[in-house]
Amino acid sequence: MRTAVIVFPGSNCDRDAAVALEAAFGRAPHMIWHRESDLPALDLIVLPGGFSYGDYLRSGAMAAQSPVLRAVREQAGRGVLVIGICNGFQVLTETGLLPGVLMRNAGLKFVCRDVDLIVGTGDSPFTRAYVQGQRVTMPVAHHDGNYYADETTLDRLEGEDRVAFRYAGREANPNGSARDIAGILNERRNVLGMMPHPERAVDPLHGGIGGRALFEGLVEAVAA
Amino acid sequence: MTATAAAVEITPELASEHGLTGEEYAKILDILGRAPNITELGVFSAMWSEHCSYKSSKVWLKTLPTEGPRVICGPGENAGVVDIGDGKAAVFKIESHNHPSFIEPYQGAATGVGGILRDVFTMGARPVASMNALRFGSPDHPKTRHLVSGVVAGIGGYGNCIGVPTVGGECVFHRAYNGNILVNAMTVGIADADRIFYSAAAGPGNPMVYVGSKTGRDGIHGATMASAEFAEDSEEKRPTVQVGDPFTEKLLLEACLELMATDAIVAIQDMGAAGLTSSSVEMASKGGVGVELELDRVPMRETGMTPYELMLSESQERMLMVLKPGREDEARRIFDKWELDFAVIGRVTDSGRLVLKFHGETVGDIPVAPLVAAAPEYERPYEETPKAEAIAASAVPAPADPVEALARLLGGPHLSSRRWIWEQYDHMVMADTVQPPGGDAAVVRIHGSGRGLAITTDATPRYCLADPVEGGRQAVAEAWRNLTAVGALPLALTNNLNFGNPEKPRIMGQLAGCVTGMAEACRALDFPVVSGNVSLYNETSGEAILPTPVIGGLGLIEDLAKTARIEIPREGLELVLIGATAGWLGASLYLREIAGREEGAPPPVDLEAERRNGDLVRGLIAAGRVAACHDLADGGLLVAAAEMALAGDIGATLDGAPGDLPLHAWLFGEDQARYLLAVEDGRAIVADARAQDVPAVAVGRSGGDALTVAGGHTISIGELRRRHEDWLPSFMARP
Repeated sequence: MRTAVIVFPGSNCDRDAAVALEAAFGRAPHMIWHRESDLPALDLIVLPGGFSYGDYLRSGAMAAQSPVLRAVREQAGRGVLVIGICNGFQVLTETGLLPGVLMRNAGLKFVCRDVDLIVGTGDSPFTRAYVQGQRVTMPVAHHDGNYYADETTLDRLEGEDRVAFRYAGREANPNGSARDIAGILNERRNVLGMMPHPERAVDPLHGGIGGRALFEGLVEAVAA
Repeated sequence: MTATAAAVEITPELASEHGLTGEEYAKILDILGRAPNITELGVFSAMWSEHCSYKSSKVWLKTLPTEGPRVICGPGENAGVVDIGDGKAAVFKIESHNHPSFIEPYQGAATGVGGILRDVFTMGARPVASMNALRFGSPDHPKTRHLVSGVVAGIGGYGNCIGVPTVGGECVFHRAYNGNILVNAMTVGIADADRIFYSAAAGPGNPMVYVGSKTGRDGIHGATMASAEFAEDSEEKRPTVQVGDPFTEKLLLEACLELMATDAIVAIQDMGAAGLTSSSVEMASKGGVGVELELDRVPMRETGMTPYELMLSESQERMLMVLKPGREDEARRIFDKWELDFAVIGRVTDSGRLVLKFHGETVGDIPVAPLVAAAPEYERPYEETPKAEAIAASAVPAPADPVEALARLLGGPHLSSRRWIWEQYDHMVMADTVQPPGGDAAVVRIHGSGRGLAITTDATPRYCLADPVEGGRQAVAEAWRNLTAVGALPLALTNNLNFGNPEKPRIMGQLAGCVTGMAEACRALDFPVVSGNVSLYNETSGEAILPTPVIGGLGLIEDLAKTARIEIPREGLELVLIGATAGWLGASLYLREIAGREEGAPPPVDLEAERRNGDLVRGLIAAGRVAACHDLADGGLLVAAAEMALAGDIGATLDGAPGDLPLHAWLFGEDQARYLLAVEDGRAIVADARAQDVPAVAVGRSGGDALTVAGGHTISIGELRRRHEDWLPSFMARP
């Protein structure tokens, strides 16, 4: 049960992720500064939301070049679970751990609201506590969440059952993402990137607990 | 003195260009015993600007009550501090960035947010929520959309990046703001009550340390610009607007809080308006000490900067600190970790003078005490605003169909949904937002506890214009009421006084009246003022804004399980109106928007009734007897009922007017001290209220999917929602 949250200068959901992890795992995660190049042995790594290095280049592009990302990539290669939320998803696509890119929202504006999602697959350590087709609500809060990949890649993601979450139809899609994609898995299914914020939907005071099953699923997956 | 300083000849004309009057310039000659050099002139001009000296408003500000059992620190520091129990304190303030936001809306608004965040974390608090009060010109004015779009993006751009939720605010359109928009930003932070940081420098010999961004030529004379009227050429003042970098501010926030966890800091002050000048002078003045600065050590973004520019730059994301001796290396390590500039640029002295050096030469030498104490303070002449006549409800035409009038109000510029705005703000980051924008007050959880803070911003400028005293009372009462409506105990407030040119007696009368009314309400409601800001000269070509005293209220919720929201949660609830209704339509929204008249005396505020009614409502919420609660404000009873129905997506029925009150006065009157409750046990609540001398009456019930009034008039919730949600996005998308 060793979890970690990577902290970049400009991360701002690192504490929120840590609170959700501690609630689920009963133990506080390691908070790992971006300059670290050696990581302890871990079961789960979270790349949190925020504006890493200010995101003055493409979102996530600078973080993808940081020392800690080399270590994260190495751990992912060994099968350690990695989840990138919001800016973390952008970092994962910039590093090439996940395919595609996150472009500026189709509406060109930052958007923060609750969105309805459809669980695309229950077959992953992250979504095992959900049922495929289940409708869940989580917030989004981003400027660059418009997922894009070429048709071949999109077909492959769908063919390999790697779409973890979709926005529940065109009305719910807040950013123009291709095929309403909100979150995707890597081939090995141990890396998840998603724009919605599960850590902001784990407590009834948040107005909903649609993200809680993700953390509960991870607890089971790590224990298994 | 150096060649640079001596090169500029100081004349009364140059002093006048710096915004100093002949009399003020004479006072400078007297204080120095000689003519100032250009750097010194710049320092005096900034410190004696309206923005920094409050010279027109100070005599009135002194009349506001600033003390209370919860107050840890009142006005005068970077922000106000109140005790919120459990060893914690809330630190909060509101501040304007009106002039810069008009000139350059994105950066003006963004740096307004950055400035108020810095005021809060300078005192050792982690910011937990921001709000804003916005006033724009008429929707028909050609610049309005550009300004709305830029200001909203700027507020979002800064707050979203630094990761502090923007949890609400207000946005109002009126032609009086065509040439002077208002952007008032408020931030609330939480600190340990015994770890508050202040700005009084102490300990001669202690190092003065500069941290944060480098200094550039941006924002020079911002404080002076904000202290004059605009003319047609105001857009040429763009170079005086600063440029914000929220990423650097995020680093500065984390670095400061990390250093504050040690005991290395003696004093700390952010560099806001008038930059290094006001920060160093205020620190020296508060500590009764002197300061010597070596300006060539200031980290610079550009080459060839002069002492004058270094002292007056308003580059953002900078702090000035006094450290304990020998703690520089420890502090430097923290700022290195966050990749921020860190430079020892001077020291505290016992001379009582601000001494400025540049490459070893003295380029400025001013005694601090007279610089601050002799700052001008004016008792400007003022004219009381003539009383407007009360307008009888019978003199106001009734609408053909009250629900169509409602739909026009809710689907118009004033009351339409602000979703288009607040969805551009990350209002949930930090994962403690319990009541998001859209309710009476926003509620954020005190991290790691079951308690919460309620936050609101309020002002009703059309009331203030008609009767400044009543308008001042009402602004405070409404903030208090909004906090009460979510179940919070109002603790204290911060205020932002936005007015026109104080040199005009008519405008000064508005300011004096509003402050007088505010002070009365603060006393009656035990709701002290702990911080604030004044923005004057909001005039263009002689046209002043409406008097706009914005109140930022803070309340405490002891148990987040016992709060109220505006949404009607289910069918079959009774609607109970708390407070007396006379059907006051003078200066009402109905009168302006439906009858097309802006006139009449505003509704009177009975502060005793306000308190009695509010205390009752808060008690009912705490007892778990209230399923939904909404305060009555613009548009009165029918608007409140409709907003509750829209929020809960459940219909409601309102009965007809009691007695011989005209229906439109009953539905749209803006009598104060009223709340609409949705409850299970209406009869018992009415009885309990009356037993405490609080007027209460059952006025309807929840149910169905339409809003129905007085048996006949009806509109579906779907149609009402469409019109309510449609106006702002359509307006902003207009080709």
